[in-house]
Amino acid sequence: MTVVEARGIVVRFGGVAALSGVDLTLIGGSVHALCGENGAGKSTLMKVLAGSITPDEGSVAMDGQAVAFDSPRDAIAAGIRMVHQELSLVPALSVTENVLLGAESPRRTMPQRALDALARIGSRIDPDVRVETLSLADQQMVEIAKALASANARVLILDEPTAILSRRECDALFACIAQLTGSGLAVLYCTHRLEEVARIASQVTVLRDGRLIASGPLAEMPREVIIRQMIGRDVARAARTRTSTGAVALAVQALSSGFVRDVTFHVRYGEIVGFVGLVAAGRTELIRAIIGADPIEAGTLMLDGQPFLAHRPRDAIRLGFGFVPEDRKGQGLIMHDRVRVNTTLARLGSLARWTVVDRPREQSVTREWIDRLRIKTESIETPVERLSGGNQQKVVLARWLLGALKVLIVDEPTRGVDVGARAEIYRVISDLAAGGTAVIVVTSDLAEAAELCDRLLVMREGRLIGEADAADRAGAMMVGA
Amino acid sequence: MSEFASAFFSVANLINVALSIAIVGVLGVGMTAVILTGGIDLSVGSGVALVGIVTALAAHAGGSPSALMAGILLGGLAGAFVGLLVARWSVPSFLVTLATLSIERGLAYWISGGRSIGELPAGLTWLGQGIVLGLPVPVWVMLLVFVLGWFVLTRTTGGRWVYATGGNEQAAWLAGVDTKRVIFATYLANGLLVGLAGVMLAARLGAGVPNAGVGYELDVIAAVVVGGTALVGGRGGVIGTLAGAVFIGVLNNALNIANVDPYLQRIVVGVVILGAVLADQARRRILRV
Repeated sequence: MTVVEARGIVVRFGGVAALSGVDLTLIGGSVHALCGENGAGKSTLMKVLAGSITPDEGSVAMDGQAVAFDSPRDAIAAGIRMVHQELSLVPALSVTENVLLGAESPRRTMPQRALDALARIGSRIDPDVRVETLSLADQQMVEIAKALASANARVLILDEPTAILSRRECDALFACIAQLTGSGLAVLYCTHRLEEVARIASQVTVLRDGRLIASGPLAEMPREVIIRQMIGRDVARAARTRTSTGAVALAVQALSSGFVRDVTFHVRYGEIVGFVGLVAAGRTELIRAIIGADPIEAGTLMLDGQPFLAHRPRDAIRLGFGFVPEDRKGQGLIMHDRVRVNTTLARLGSLARWTVVDRPREQSVTREWIDRLRIKTESIETPVERLSGGNQQKVVLARWLLGALKVLIVDEPTRGVDVGARAEIYRVISDLAAGGTAVIVVTSDLAEAAELCDRLLVMREGRLIGEADAADRAGAMMVGA
Repeated sequence: MSEFASAFFSVANLINVALSIAIVGVLGVGMTAVILTGGIDLSVGSGVALVGIVTALAAHAGGSPSALMAGILLGGLAGAFVGLLVARWSVPSFLVTLATLSIERGLAYWISGGRSIGELPAGLTWLGQGIVLGLPVPVWVMLLVFVLGWFVLTRTTGGRWVYATGGNEQAAWLAGVDTKRVIFATYLANGLLVGLAGVMLAARLGAGVPNAGVGYELDVIAAVVVGGTALVGGRGGVIGTLAGAVFIGVLNNALNIANVDPYLQRIVVGVVILGAVLADQARRRILRV
């Protein structure tokens, strides 16, 4: 029986379409898996159903009746509950209090209602203990119980529920989901992990670039088909190989740091090496260890055949490294400060004499790189927060280009960058490699990896599991196929 | 009213205002730098008292030049101590300087036995009471410190790094700025200025006074904040601080001349500071949209 039917959902964020005409049907008593890469539109679609985003076009119907949600409150009243990836429990309160948080109820019926909700998901958690004493898996269960505490819950939306769970804990979660669907609930399950899809889902929908690519029963969609649909056929070609690469620039031997275990690889001058993998595969941790942002536990690093160890980013930068972090606002730029200041930040010493900054030279150097990278800004004195995401990213790139650079490391080069500026950022990185710089790119976007990189290295659970000759093969390796 | 105007706008009175803000102004330059890194120094009032006592003792023991050196060095030492704790061990500056506020005041009383140490040599008192080219020496010192502070903060690599560290410490660190060293150096510089201000205060009072400078930290922070420097760091500068110090000095002076009840004066100053800060917030909000 159809519970929710969404038709032609369109969501635009400032002119960019996050969803363009997506349909979704949820059936009571079954699990519907929502698949797609980062940025495919999964979160947006879930938020539309949960009432936190109002679509620009399209309709949502429940039991055949059109509904319009202006806030999560409306969706909850209609029986749609969402469990977010980040848990929203209050650590110092008991399980009972958390489960009934927001669901106003008479104090004396509280324990019973909480017990009912926990029983419904087949959990044996003590309702009187404080939530902070529970494991993450149990906290997740409490979160689900909380979502189901209201009597009318009909639809449960789970966003990457297993991202923080161990294998055994996943089994418990799946048992819980089975119990819920057995009682007639419709579950929308969003995940990167295709083996989970095969285990629990009966329906699958694949999104890519905000579009509906395929939707149907699991039986008709084997894993290889889903992967191809997620990635897109056009990128399923072999990664291109540059013919003219130079000597080995950076060699990493058996590196371990935090979550990263025993990683060995090298990058040559003139080569772009891509690191692909799921979120939390250890890619960002790996490059942070290389540039000295995180301590190294074991292993050796060599630049031009000479061993080195960076205790902080400053040491690595002096050796010729440049680093474009994933979180541009938090780690890349001083958002309220000027384009000029952000551009010259890493090379200020070379623009100064007796520590006094040569302002005219600083201005001319900044102007030169603004022109060369075609950064669109009113002036070099504009606060960088007023620039678009793509232009901000170019400012961070320019920072490294205005000095001697041997190895550039770019974490997620086009996150939050519109499509037009992406091509320009790819051009900047390609030109840099063509000019002899060794480049390491970390990306979660396989299309990007295929377009930009000469070699793809795949990481999973902190380890380097191999080199992929083509993007679709890399996609399969990422998820453990 | 005209009586007020003629009293207020007399040259003697304007010089008087400048003199009244000289010490707060010198402290304000250091405080501006500290606040630009995202920190704070609550101990400057105790600092000037302790420095004043030690300066007075040094003056009796070794004369004026060594007293000046001893005062500035002691300030620098105290600043380095705070800087080490804040930069190296990431202790919040609020807590460190709350502690040194108490320690330094205690030391000032303990060393002096609670008594003022007077009869300072003329060379030293000249620093507080002398006149050069028609202006009091403390006013010249303040102007010099402001020019120096402005130059360092806006024209040198170190100044740029102070702004970068306060603006986004993570980003600055990942771009190769030695943020810990920048923070340490800022507290060291601030400490040297506290030393200078402490010598100036003792020279002006003609004595090292253990309970001098009580509440200075609030006057200094008020001048910095009214001057538009953001307490979260990264934005602002010493020109604003000078304007803030002048503003508060003029206000106090005008209330004095207008014969406002001293108790009421403090209330008025507080309300005006609040108004200035709120107006600045509103201006920022409007400009952003």
